Amino acid sequence: METTSDFLNIKDVNTAFKINGKYYDAISHINLKVHHDEILAIVGESGCGKSTLATTIMGLHDPSETKISGEIEFEGTDLLKLDEAGYNKFRGAKIGMIFQDPLSALNPLKRIEDQISEVMTYHTNFTAEQKHKRVLELLDEVGIVNPERTARQFPHQLSGGMRQRVIIAIAIACKPDLIIADEPTTALDVTIQAQILDVLRKIQQENHAGIILITHDLGVVAETADRVAVMYAGQIVEEGTADQIFNKPKHPYTRSLLRSMPQRDNENDDLYVIQGNVPSLQKMPTTGDRFAPRIPWIDASAHEANPSMHEVEPGHEVRCTCYKSFTFPDQTGSVKV
Amino acid sequence: MWKTVLRRVLIMIPEVIILSLLVFLLAKAMPGDPFTGSINPKADPAQLHHLMEMNGLYDPWYQQYWNWVVHLFQGNLGNSYQYQEPVTRLIGSRAINTVWLALLTTFLTYCFALPMGMFAAKHEGKLPDTIIRFYTYITYSIPFFVVLVIGIWIFGYVLGWFPTTGSVSATAASGLPTYGSHLYHIILPSVLGALFGTVNVVQYLRSEVIDAKRSDYVRTARSKGVPEKEIYKHHIFRNSLLPIAAFAGYSITGLLNGSIFTETVFSYPGMGLLFINSINYRDYTVITALVLIYGILNLLGTLLSDIILSIVDPRIRIE
Repeated sequence: METTSDFLNIKDVNTAFKINGKYYDAISHINLKVHHDEILAIVGESGCGKSTLATTIMGLHDPSETKISGEIEFEGTDLLKLDEAGYNKFRGAKIGMIFQDPLSALNPLKRIEDQISEVMTYHTNFTAEQKHKRVLELLDEVGIVNPERTARQFPHQLSGGMRQRVIIAIAIACKPDLIIADEPTTALDVTIQAQILDVLRKIQQENHAGIILITHDLGVVAETADRVAVMYAGQIVEEGTADQIFNKPKHPYTRSLLRSMPQRDNENDDLYVIQGNVPSLQKMPTTGDRFAPRIPWIDASAHEANPSMHEVEPGHEVRCTCYKSFTFPDQTGSVKV
Repeated sequence: MWKTVLRRVLIMIPEVIILSLLVFLLAKAMPGDPFTGSINPKADPAQLHHLMEMNGLYDPWYQQYWNWVVHLFQGNLGNSYQYQEPVTRLIGSRAINTVWLALLTTFLTYCFALPMGMFAAKHEGKLPDTIIRFYTYITYSIPFFVVLVIGIWIFGYVLGWFPTTGSVSATAASGLPTYGSHLYHIILPSVLGALFGTVNVVQYLRSEVIDAKRSDYVRTARSKGVPEKEIYKHHIFRNSLLPIAAFAGYSITGLLNGSIFTETVFSYPGMGLLFINSINYRDYTVITALVLIYGILNLLGTLLSDIILSIVDPRIRIE
């Protein structure tokens, strides 16, 4: 891990959305690094800002509705300082994105071939023939059995899994260094999920790309990720290697998440449920530990006033000091909820 | 593609049969008979009885319907009582006028409305959008015949730029000048019709473009690094035109039967004016024929819409 360079360096990024004329932070003070040859998983429940982070890196926000600050350094360029034309040189070429819903992410009126070769039109000097060859190659690479036929088809003629493969083919068409996969398997059934993840891993190994895998599915994370960043309410609350996160979780939120996963060898049939909800953007607290309201049995003094990241081991960081005294209520047995 | 069209045409056959039955039976249900008004009131009732019998008016309705349909296929829709000439010839001479007027109006409507809808959606919520929306609401809320009357008054009477009645100048020489005169006569009604008929297209297109702008596939296109201008050209515009295309068939035939106002105000000798006059003079054969034609036009309009849609939208083609 030490030898690989970090080619994506996200520094102190804030993204705020305009709601009724006022800006509210959707993600705040995000610091992340992505290396070549690794899969970094970003996990968290719905509304924690994972997708916002992805679209911020891609520059897909409407500037009139959002305010973004910080720095996203990608191979030496600060993406946030680029204009549209400059950004377009990166999007599709050096950064590919895979979207959550394969059913709506393809243009219903265009043939698969046209949708894939469109990326190459703007980023390569390929002739029509070269593009056609590459399209078939890509479709084969993502595991489509009959590339010739699929290339001629329209999205509605393909199954969800095949469409997701097509979207992956689009994302990797120009061999990007970074692939952002925003919940790539959420809309698919489990057998297809595994195949799609295999495809992703294979491509990553071939191209030495870095992948940001955004998901709320801890099973997917355990299966694929090298490193994991856990997000809660727009902040990263814990970051470490997959091994560290799954075997030595520190932050109460990470531990709650892991505990709320159904387990086969659990004698207790009841699933652990994290109380409460993620606060909405307008109600997001600006100071204090954002997770504190959801673990009310923990004494207020355990939290920091302005929680910051603490390194617990090399490469393993956790927000706030409350992890030190955190226990689940039923495990201590004495705390009433 | 051809399968889709063929299937649609086959579906139309029972529709046309039901339509013709309805038209025929409604005409039969009208009070009175075709002869009482046209013969000497002092004539012997037996003679009238004989006339009715000769013309098969005492036959059972299905027999009469059958005869009517056979005549229809022979191109015989009967004679107009008012004009004393075959209905087919009467309508034929008027239909061509109406078709030209409808085509030019439709063409101009799209010329005005498509750029307006696009422009409004592109600048959603900003000043151009507000102005265009305001314009469509205003034009939508003014009754069309008022527009026509004011239009005639300003452009025909005060400024004297355009003729105010008829479809061709009586003094125009035959050949090219006649066509010129025809065109000259339909400019004012079709421009007014187009300027005040944009609301549907503009509003549809605007909301479609706004939807498309936020759609997932446009986001995918953005993530491919496609410049915004190309995204509009290749992804947003084409996809937004679907409902407009679906609407085109209806709107053309809608204009053919909806031209009653325009033709009446402009005394333009088309089918609409003929329809109104026939109703005024109780010219039953003409009314029946026109109702049947309007009905078939509507069916053709939906057929046309479906065909256009199957060309532009691969999802509804039958492979």
